[in-house]
Amino acid sequence: MGLLKYTARRLVFLAFLVIGVSLVVFVISHSVPSDPVLANLSQRNIDNQEMVDSFKAKWGLDKPMYTQYFIYVGNLVKGDMGTSIRTQRPVMDDLKKYFPATIELAIFSIIIAVFFGMLFGIISAIKRNSAIDQIIRGISVVGVSVPSFWLGLMFLLLFYVNLGIAPGPGRISPYLAPPAAVTNLYVIDALLAGDWSLAVDALQHLLLPGLVLGSFTMGLITRTTRSSLLEVMSLDFIRTARAKGLTEKMIIMRHALGNALIPVVTVIGIGFGNLLGGMVLVETIFAWPGIGQYAYKAAGNLDFPAIIGVSILISINYVVINLIVDLLYGILDPRVRYN
Amino acid sequence: MLLRIMKNNLLFSIGIIVCALWILIAIVTVLVPSITPYSYLAQDLANRFQAPSSAHWFGTDSIGRDVFSRALVGSRISLIAGLITIALASLMGMIYGGIAGYIGGLTDEIMMRVSEMVMAFPGIILAMTIAAALGPSLHNTLLAMVIIWWPNYARVMRSMVIANKENEYVEAAKSLGASHFRIFFNEIMPNSLGPVLVLATLDFGNAILLFSGLSFLGLGSPPPTPEWGAMVADGVLNFNYWWIGTFPGLAILTMSVGTNFIGDSLRDFLDPRLRKEI
Repeated sequence: MGLLKYTARRLVFLAFLVIGVSLVVFVISHSVPSDPVLANLSQRNIDNQEMVDSFKAKWGLDKPMYTQYFIYVGNLVKGDMGTSIRTQRPVMDDLKKYFPATIELAIFSIIIAVFFGMLFGIISAIKRNSAIDQIIRGISVVGVSVPSFWLGLMFLLLFYVNLGIAPGPGRISPYLAPPAAVTNLYVIDALLAGDWSLAVDALQHLLLPGLVLGSFTMGLITRTTRSSLLEVMSLDFIRTARAKGLTEKMIIMRHALGNALIPVVTVIGIGFGNLLGGMVLVETIFAWPGIGQYAYKAAGNLDFPAIIGVSILISINYVVINLIVDLLYGILDPRVRYN
Repeated sequence: MLLRIMKNNLLFSIGIIVCALWILIAIVTVLVPSITPYSYLAQDLANRFQAPSSAHWFGTDSIGRDVFSRALVGSRISLIAGLITIALASLMGMIYGGIAGYIGGLTDEIMMRVSEMVMAFPGIILAMTIAAALGPSLHNTLLAMVIIWWPNYARVMRSMVIANKENEYVEAAKSLGASHFRIFFNEIMPNSLGPVLVLATLDFGNAILLFSGLSFLGLGSPPPTPEWGAMVADGVLNFNYWWIGTFPGLAILTMSVGTNFIGDSLRDFLDPRLRKEI
């Protein structure tokens, strides 16, 4: 019961969050002088008084701001986020179009980050204070310190321009057609269509941006795995395991790692949240047609319907990921009680 | 304490040296502008896109400005941006979190939900929106950064205040008839500052990184101010001339690696469970 109630409470917060986030952008958008009618309708429609009136009626533009906001939320509940000023398409359609690219990249880089981060962290903890430990600690600090947009530029210059071993920007090579849309995750769609070469091409395109995007999270995970593992290794039950005569490998894999994972899971959650934010810079460098670039262009054009849409989408993700992390605690550590 | 940590920790020593060097460069280039080989604004159209050479160590950019001189001068803006953001955000967070923790109850609940909302908000998008709405300038970018940065400090401060307000010395001050204001500022605040200051040190590198990211997106000072992020963006536009973007990026990297080496070691040192390792 505790778990269900806890989840329900968190989901209620989610609803408040959506309202809060949209309200913030809504207030900003209304403190900037701009005419939404001019911005939203094409010239032909502006000449058409009927169109202008119906547009105004739909969004309540002749009513006070708080009424407009209620109308916005009403439309939002129905899944209508308005029309993007820049693309002239419904924001919901735009999000559906660009979000899968972002998700694909995010998942790929979180896999890289978790794999290498935990591997480095474990090695570093086992070989504590050795040269390899110092090197890994150095790498992890560089990972969290390196500006992603610069690392992206360096990777492209080195691997694409000079060495020619990595593909250029974009999701697939320009001469290929995207796979038939099922999930809109190109690698999976290509596999579903049985097109191996296309899947490989899409994977290759994921590699550089995935590494760049994952570097921060990888550094974070390395650091946390190391310190958490070291802490656990100093506990009594590890001494008991040693006294039993278990090998060091057994002790780490069976006894220490599971207990050391809890802080690591927290960091993975934080890292995933960061990833979605860091998207803006990485997608810009790699011409990745995702939500980050969409948000960047929207902000530059003061395209408020789009900005609200992206903000709501990313905050929902953030909260859901945090919820999943909190629920994972209960699985990893049966002592955790939700209240 | 500083020397004792430095003696046993290579990474910490590197961090201190690198940061001291950048601070020195920032101060010297302000006091003695002529120390850079060229003026950071001087254009030389005849010598644009020059590769690194003995005349131009880091080459020249698209309008013939010396990248080395601009990279040196860029340090002051990054340092100031990091400093102002962290100072204002921690001050705001301390007051906000302190009040929430001290009053407690429903006020606390509501105040913390609001701060969580700001945290859930995609920071860089909020910053972009604010900066775009107000117009790109250094001032507005810093404002945007402070707005997205303070909740971290509010959370830490709140938990410290909640832990400290049950202490006996607070009880003593209360029984002596001290006002809430006095208890808050004279008793609780000074005893809760430590962790906030540690967080501020750890955060400095992150603030510089975010600032350079926003500046890369064109949301910093308008040109020709030499901002590292904007200079990397220039390098992206002039993709065929690798030096334009590479060196300013290395400047950002060294500064943020330096602060992170310091912060990392400091955290290990201050965390009693890990202290025995150092």
